Amino acid sequence: MAGDYPKIERVMGGPAGWVSVLFPAVLFVFFLNVLPDVVHGPIVAGIDWVPSLGVRMSVLLDGLSMMFALLITGIGTAVTLYSTHYLGDHPHYPRFVCYLLMFMVGMLGLVLTNDLIALFVFWEITTISSYLLIGFNADQASSRRSALQALLVTGAGGLILLAGLIVLGSVAGSFDLSQILTQGDEIRGHPMYGAILILFLAGAFTKSAQVPFHFWLPNAMAAPTPVSAYLHSATMVKAGVFLMARMNPVLGGTDAWFWTLILFGGVTAVFASVMSMRQTDIKQVLAYTTLMALGTLTMFIGAGTHYAILAGMLFLLVHSLYKAALFLMIGIVDHATGTRDATVLRGLAKAMPLTGLAAALAALSMAGVPPLLGFVGKEYMYHASMDLPGLGAIWVTLMTFAASALMFAAGGIVAWRPFRGELAQTPHPAHEGSWPMLAGPLTLGALSLIFGLFPGIPGHFLIGPATNAVEGAVHEVDLHLWGGINLALLLSIVTFAVGWLLYRNHEGIRARLAGIETRSPVDFDAGWDHLLDGFKHFASRLTDIVQNGSLQRYLAVTFTAYAVLVGGTYLARGAFDVGPRLIELGAHPVQWSVLLLMIAGSFLVVSTTSRMTAVAGLGVVSVGVAIVFIMFSAPDVAITQLLVEVLIIVLVTLVMLRLPYLPPRSELHFRFGHAIIATSVGAVVTMVLISMLSGPFDRKLTDFFEQTAYPEAHGRNIVNVILVDFRALDTFGEITVVAIAAIGALALLRGIRTRTKTDLNANEEA
Amino acid sequence: MQSLILTTATRLLVALLLVFSIYALLRGHNLPGGGFIGGLIGATAFILYAITATVEEAKSALLVDPSNIAVAGLGFAAIGGLASVLAGKPFLTGLWLFLFAEEGGKGMPLSTVLLFDAGVYLAVFGGILTLVFALEEET
Repeated sequence: MAGDYPKIERVMGGPAGWVSVLFPAVLFVFFLNVLPDVVHGPIVAGIDWVPSLGVRMSVLLDGLSMMFALLITGIGTAVTLYSTHYLGDHPHYPRFVCYLLMFMVGMLGLVLTNDLIALFVFWEITTISSYLLIGFNADQASSRRSALQALLVTGAGGLILLAGLIVLGSVAGSFDLSQILTQGDEIRGHPMYGAILILFLAGAFTKSAQVPFHFWLPNAMAAPTPVSAYLHSATMVKAGVFLMARMNPVLGGTDAWFWTLILFGGVTAVFASVMSMRQTDIKQVLAYTTLMALGTLTMFIGAGTHYAILAGMLFLLVHSLYKAALFLMIGIVDHATGTRDATVLRGLAKAMPLTGLAAALAALSMAGVPPLLGFVGKEYMYHASMDLPGLGAIWVTLMTFAASALMFAAGGIVAWRPFRGELAQTPHPAHEGSWPMLAGPLTLGALSLIFGLFPGIPGHFLIGPATNAVEGAVHEVDLHLWGGINLALLLSIVTFAVGWLLYRNHEGIRARLAGIETRSPVDFDAGWDHLLDGFKHFASRLTDIVQNGSLQRYLAVTFTAYAVLVGGTYLARGAFDVGPRLIELGAHPVQWSVLLLMIAGSFLVVSTTSRMTAVAGLGVVSVGVAIVFIMFSAPDVAITQLLVEVLIIVLVTLVMLRLPYLPPRSELHFRFGHAIIATSVGAVVTMVLISMLSGPFDRKLTDFFEQTAYPEAHGRNIVNVILVDFRALDTFGEITVVAIAAIGALALLRGIRTRTKTDLNANEEA
Repeated sequence: MQSLILTTATRLLVALLLVFSIYALLRGHNLPGGGFIGGLIGATAFILYAITATVEEAKSALLVDPSNIAVAGLGFAAIGGLASVLAGKPFLTGLWLFLFAEEGGKGMPLSTVLLFDAGVYLAVFGGILTLVFALEEET
């Protein structure tokens, strides 16, 4: 019973809380332990999973996956600890923890796996857990919509990626990642390279929210803030970036790769940082700056030189550290004051000094101010972008410059302005967060500072091995805070100046952007809704046509299709054949009389105007069929035929009361059309039967059953032995169908009954 | 339905049909019959009862809800199939036990195949009665 917990334990989320913190913490320590080994070279280990398909469950732990694993478990520890206080008293907190741990496992699997198929499975686990977490506040329609949108966009991308993985696997002849990574030249030269590239990038771009697939990410901020910090900035959205980095040795280095990535990445980075100036909700500002980071990462992975990859990996670490801290910070502010509105929040520094400290460290890193790690990252990005060949250098430098200046301004909006000046009125009075909530942002902020002062540490242990893994080469990496007075430093200074100007005028810019936004004809989010509505509309139109509810039409369509397809095939292939065997068969006078009886029955069915008579006529036909079965010594089939006939009569009698009257006989065209369909079906069936009987009879199965039924299956009735022994699995399927059909019909009939009753009640009330 | 002849005959017929349905089930492996046919005959007995008396009476005579019988039938069939898995053979392999078997004869055979067939019997019996009772109640 929840109420029986001591107060403190309940606030900490109870056992679920501690487990959720311990899990990533233990893994984090584990990965730290393995770190020195990985610096020297990747670790590969594994077991066979589905040997028949060549699918292995194996692990590839190199510099790239190590950096991701540490981020996932490290930030995971901070976020789960934070959640014990942020959501610990939520009634569904244990459920939240389950989703979060599920995500963690999926994400770790994704970065650690050495198998393409397993990679897809983990990829989808992260998609599904992200869906569950965005929709965690399921009582809000906007939450549900955002969750579904994220699921559909990233899920569709995931399926496209699966196609890419399969093509790549078949081209490389293996699904083993470490092996594929050595086949780069072969795959780049393969005719399927273009297809693989498009399929992979579709998966990566949707997951990492590149324009034009970006719109789901700002909406995903409907999730609780720890989720936004963890999934939608630090880890999951970087899965696409991870994929591109991972595949760089195989797919990278071509012109197509270079231009696609730097164009999409650059546009995403600048578009997103401009959009971040438009927002008033601080969480939305952060969401757009995350998009900017994803765009920048894509751009630098695409650029592909040693410096570019190095800068990309460095920025990945920089961004994860500061962005998680900022999200957690805004969660504390939201939790304490009840608002996230940048236009309202002021003067929080006095009430929340520690939160302010964490925010300041993180935001300074985001703005790229020395001596934080963000500065180092920015220097290396400028350095790398100016080093690129030709037009690429100009494009990447411009995009990086614009995005960095806007980041500087965004940092001010997020973490400078809300904390300065006089304390403003908020829905709740501001107060400092508790230690589990502060621990994460403060640690992350401190790391940004320490790594900035001593960049050699992350350089040696994380960035260097990661860069080597992405490049598929070995370089020694030595990072410096101070690179001397050079062009990159000058660009940095100009960036600060422009960023400062942007920050000073950000309210005017915001108003301008809002004006542009209302006039703009392009709205991705609304476009998405149109797309979905279009699908629904199309589906309902199609359903109206093929399933209009008229049983007569269904039967007419089914039988017409049968007659046309089967009959047409027979005629087109010239398969209709009256062989000598048929003539040999002949017919006994008794058989002729049964046949006449059945013809008479059929005639009765079509000529009568009474349903009851028609049912009786059908009965005559089926009794005739039963007699035929008996004549050809199939007593079991005959008995079944007769019993089913009895049941049909009972069922039809019961249903009859509810059926509408038969259409008036005067509708001649109606009956004429049906006559044509009936005659053609009859003709086609006859044709098929004659053709079948004309060929030689294959006794292989019959002989087998006759020989083995008694000695091996201990039964003399071959039909029954087939049913319960030789083909028992089929029978099992059939009785399952019988039971499910009966239960389904029961549910349907009950539904009709309750509906009729409700209608009656409604009528009475009226 | 108010027919004295039918009502009187039904009393005899229901019992006869039920016995006969079990008979058909048991003889099925060697002679015409089996679970499917047995289930149909058994269902006919209760349908007859429901027509002459009422659905409620037929249901209370049946004691168990027919849809439960159908599902139980699936269970029986599954157990009959899984027994061989426990014995280390493929799913649905027949396991046989010949009681009182003498030279040349097979004695009284008991098998998982019979259990499977009984499952078929119950699934068909329960499935059809579920449908018919629902329809009769409805009208």
